Amino acid sequence: MNLENVLLVSAIIFAIGLYGAMTRRNAIILLMSIELMFNAVNIAAVGFSRYTVPTALAGDPVSVTTDMVQSALSGHIFALFIIASAAAEVALGLALVIAIYRQRETADVSELDTLRG
Amino acid sequence: MTAHDLWLLSPELSVAGLAVLVIIVDLIIDKKTPLIWLAAIGLLVPLGLTLGLWFNTPETEIGVFGTVTADRFALFFHFLLIGTTGAVIIAGATYSKKFVGFQGEFLTLVLLSVSGMMLLVASRDVITAYVALELSALPAAALAAFLRTDRSLEAGLKFLLLSALSSAVLLYGLVYLYGATGTTDISGMLEAINGMTADGGRAFGSSAIMLGVVMVVAGFGFKMAMAPFQMWVPDVYEGAPTPVVAFLSIASKSAAFAIVLRVLYTALGTEGLAADWSTLIAILAAITMTAGNLLALSQQNIKRMLGYSTVAHAGYLLVGLAAVAGNSDSADFIAGPQGVLFYLVAYAVTNLAVFFAIIAITNKTGSDMISGFAGMARRAPVLSVLLALGLLSLLGIPPTAGFLGKIFVFSAAVDSGLAWLAIIGVINSVVSAFYYLRVVRTMFLDEPESEERVTADIPVWAATLVASAGLLIFGIAPSSLLEFARYAVFGVIT
Repeated sequence: MNLENVLLVSAIIFAIGLYGAMTRRNAIILLMSIELMFNAVNIAAVGFSRYTVPTALAGDPVSVTTDMVQSALSGHIFALFIIASAAAEVALGLALVIAIYRQRETADVSELDTLRG
Repeated sequence: MTAHDLWLLSPELSVAGLAVLVIIVDLIIDKKTPLIWLAAIGLLVPLGLTLGLWFNTPETEIGVFGTVTADRFALFFHFLLIGTTGAVIIAGATYSKKFVGFQGEFLTLVLLSVSGMMLLVASRDVITAYVALELSALPAAALAAFLRTDRSLEAGLKFLLLSALSSAVLLYGLVYLYGATGTTDISGMLEAINGMTADGGRAFGSSAIMLGVVMVVAGFGFKMAMAPFQMWVPDVYEGAPTPVVAFLSIASKSAAFAIVLRVLYTALGTEGLAADWSTLIAILAAITMTAGNLLALSQQNIKRMLGYSTVAHAGYLLVGLAAVAGNSDSADFIAGPQGVLFYLVAYAVTNLAVFFAIIAITNKTGSDMISGFAGMARRAPVLSVLLALGLLSLLGIPPTAGFLGKIFVFSAAVDSGLAWLAIIGVINSVVSAFYYLRVVRTMFLDEPESEERVTADIPVWAATLVASAGLLIFGIAPSSLLEFARYAVFGVIT
């Protein structure tokens, strides 16, 4: 494992998610695709945190400052915040999909066309 | 976390606290109208705390582990956001009677969203900025769907899906900036970039930073209503409740421009990088204003037309953002961002006046179509004059604030060598005259559908008058606001 591989996996998953978000019509699958994009970001965040920043920490332990430890951990913290807010996003998204389904009996975004012009 | 950190965060915390208070009081009382006054009067607390911070803190005050600041730039936007929210809550008093039994939730969501925006403009760390962005976007999506009609729900879902998509793109960019610089701190990024050796001839000096900047601009571009990410704007504006549209078009956009200014000027403010992103933004500005104005021409629904007009104004604001004069020592270096700040305030009062007049009129007529405004000058003379004044300010006719805003951003563009962009901007302003003046003509020259008088309730009346007075005052005597904006800009320029 090295940074390049991690970033490559992350980029592939991000691209799959983006493709799904662009082409799919079902609102639930759209939410899943967007979730995939968030997770791709998480992989990249943790990968950067694991492979680039700690090289600064590898030297003499005495010279390691709080700032260095903080920046090494930032990527992990970032991933945790992304997981939490993505969950909130999906919760609201599903609530809206259910509200729409009750009125129109469909979760197909291509049929949501009362607003256009 | 110390008491001092709480003091720096006090405006945001007091707005969030007010949101909680409103929802608790909503559980206790049966009549919901007092909640509106509780929320509006309660906003005086964060306003007072912001004033206190303005007069009592040194220029660069950083707290909460270096993630949040209370510099003049953040406080400038706190004033703008609190003022806008207060005005929207008061003017929406009549409109929110439509949400039978849910006024408390409506006010709470507005307040939570604005607390997110206030945190966004104050954040100095990209993680904080992202969390604040979500805090402002999720309540906004719920608000767009608040009427729970077909159209409103559709607006809410479209807003949420595109907002989530843009967040993912933004995050990918932020993570690459973190990876390239090794820090999530915005000023730390500047130091790291200054310490790098540029990769000869490549834009932004390195591929990772280039990818990061492009994706960050794209992600925030959604919030700013920048083309080609503007497709949600007309749909949401048409379907969402009108007070929510007024709130989104001003507060959400100002907050997005604030964080973009901070990221671009603070984290990426080195001379070499500035030239690169200035070109990127200049091209996007030209596309955005042209797309917005051309699409607005054929609209029949006034809210949808104003949606495209918002896109066009995002384009004019981007002109100011792109106007980076050579080096940070020259006197006109701050002209671009200063123009953007002035424009945002001018645009805020103008758009508030326009939307409040529309709320006042459509509360009675019940139609958002431009044809419904026919002969309104005879049915509601004063409101029609105020609406026409607001539209003229959006168009940029002196002596309104909108005119001066355009002068400042376009002259900043000319001074920084982007004369072609200023010319495109002026041509666009001429095009926009067609659709703004069409509404004015419909109101003043066409025959009314009925002779029945249209009267408005006192709160929305007062809010419209105050906003209109603001757009005239800033148009005639801009110097104090300009000075205020100049102070604020020094918060982000290093």
